[in-house]
Amino acid sequence: MNIHEYQGKEVLRKYGVSVPEGKVAFTAEEAVESAKSLSSSVYVVKAQIHAGGRGKAGGVKIAKSLDEVKAYAEELLGKTLVTHQTGPDGQVIKRLLIEEGCDIKKEYYIGLVLDRATSRIVLMASEEGGTEIEEVAEKTPEKIKKAVIDPAVGLQGYQAREIAFAINIPKELVGKAAKFMLGLYKAFVEKDCSIAEINPLVVTGDGNVMALDAKLNFDSNALYRQKDIMEYRDLDEEDPKEIEASKYDLSYISLDGNIGCMVNGAGLAMSTMDIIKHYGGEPANFLDVGGGATAEKVTEAFKIILSDQNVKGIFVNIFGGIMKCDVIAEGVVEATRQVGLTLPLVVRLEGTNVDLGKKILSESGLNITSAESMADGAQKIVSLV
Amino acid sequence: SVFINKDTRVIVQGITGSTALFHTKQMLEYGTNIVGGVTPGKGGTEAEGVPVFNTVAEAVQTTGANASVIYVPAPFAADAIMEAVDAELDLVICITEHIPVLDMVKVKRFMEGKKTRLIGPNCPGVITPEECKIGIMPGYIHKKGHVGVVSRSGTLTYEAVHQLSEAGVGQSTAVGIGGDPVNGTNFIDVLKAFNEDPDTHAVIMIGEIGGTAEEEAAEWVKANMTKPVVGFIGGKTAPPGKRMGHAGAIISGGKGTADEKIKTLNACGIEVAETPSVMGETLIKVLKEKNLFETCKTH
Repeated sequence: MNIHEYQGKEVLRKYGVSVPEGKVAFTAEEAVESAKSLSSSVYVVKAQIHAGGRGKAGGVKIAKSLDEVKAYAEELLGKTLVTHQTGPDGQVIKRLLIEEGCDIKKEYYIGLVLDRATSRIVLMASEEGGTEIEEVAEKTPEKIKKAVIDPAVGLQGYQAREIAFAINIPKELVGKAAKFMLGLYKAFVEKDCSIAEINPLVVTGDGNVMALDAKLNFDSNALYRQKDIMEYRDLDEEDPKEIEASKYDLSYISLDGNIGCMVNGAGLAMSTMDIIKHYGGEPANFLDVGGGATAEKVTEAFKIILSDQNVKGIFVNIFGGIMKCDVIAEGVVEATRQVGLTLPLVVRLEGTNVDLGKKILSESGLNITSAESMADGAQKIVSLV
Repeated sequence: SVFINKDTRVIVQGITGSTALFHTKQMLEYGTNIVGGVTPGKGGTEAEGVPVFNTVAEAVQTTGANASVIYVPAPFAADAIMEAVDAELDLVICITEHIPVLDMVKVKRFMEGKKTRLIGPNCPGVITPEECKIGIMPGYIHKKGHVGVVSRSGTLTYEAVHQLSEAGVGQSTAVGIGGDPVNGTNFIDVLKAFNEDPDTHAVIMIGEIGGTAEEEAAEWVKANMTKPVVGFIGGKTAPPGKRMGHAGAIISGGKGTADEKIKTLNACGIEVAETPSVMGETLIKVLKEKNLFETCKTH
């Protein structure tokens, strides 16, 4: 789960990680009020959307007076911001962070991320702040310094200092930088983060080390024990179809094509998208109905697929293992009737009781095309849309 | 076969839950030697005809079990794994999905220097056809034979196994290593076991987007494997930055794409099936090229 920058900074503040003073604003008036409460004469007006690249896209403004704060707030609120991470449709700005300006001496990068190869959390740092870490990794990999953290004892002070020295933090500020990293690690593990990126981390003219930006992502499998983080969820930032799907424990991801897919199992669902593309079609979604594809779940899945206006046909691809094909076929028939499906529907069933399942489909009197294999099904749906 | 066979003595952790009861019954029907179960507080009772214990240690001591399968809900699953590791079982298979990743980071640290092999979490389990089935896979699609299957995905494993069995090619063992970013056993561990197993003559390796486990496995195959390996990688059309169902199936920072993996596999001499429909076909083609088809065909 993603949260906004201002929320991330709220979390970090609780862990003693230094961040600039700032307040969230939903209207231009609130923006001015927020600015008034800050002890600064320069203000930063930052668009709050769940995507990076806001600065380059014009979502971050420096205001030198309250009038400018108001003008920028009016300009940004309601505007659609398109960054390299939002996709071409962009994201509408509904919240702003109004922050004190600070005197930046130098920018750095600090990040915590899971290293899959070692199954441990790794602290990554670079003196190339402000640039995306992927870009640094590609062009100047020697500038990325890493410390692998032993989960039994957590990040140690010496590791944080080593990193601080390695990225050339001024030596009088190494202590502050180390404290920053230790606080960040504590927040990461206690709040079940999946990524914590501070880009840039800055050293200021008045000798501070602080997070100018904060990107925190959280492990969705751990949210059951992070109630306060759940409060930060902003449904405006999520695809409505994905929200609806999550209510029924369906794993759904919206894509740009016109062939809706309903599959059991994540690997098979991904491969179903691939095989549609292989035969010249474009998948409209990823949808894993999970192990127990009941009639209710199939109906909900159909409704969600059909709520996408681009969908011109549906391909159901089920490998019935423990779940029997006849039960799935009954679910598909019932769901088709309930939603009054008029679009082409291709169903590929394989596994337990497959013949019985196919019989149920063919005797239903509904316009369902049966497929013999995944490849056959993909070809049939591609030719039908 | 690798990891499990007809002599494997299995306990079921979380046996009194509805999913566990269902699969315990299925495993018993398949012929798996289930010797007990564990549910704290239900010790002294029976489930599906096997004795239930309060702790894994007690279950192991009484039944002589050497493997366990875990169906415990995600919030308690890491604890269940560590309990099984502490009881010095040879093999622990964790079916549970949605375990927080930091719990698994701790579990991996806890397991360092200990004898237990963990398979999963978030996996369908392991099956040695006609001998022992531990997990949730449909047993009847499997046939005894000489092809090893290793996969990050459950349903894709079934798909591959089904294609092989239909073509008369049986399997030595099928291992689901799971779809999580932190798992107990990786591709290389399983490939090593298959390489050393006299019953296994060839391997299908099924991967997907996210991480670099497939690439590392391919390099290992190139350097060490004496048996043919064919591959499949799911997620060619997956958009970057989105988790495709499995916690580990995500392209992040431009890394972990299917194209990159396929390229590395090919470069290491592993033929990759173009679509999931031809996983079996691709392996059979390679078996024929290596003159292994007749020995791999189940008579």
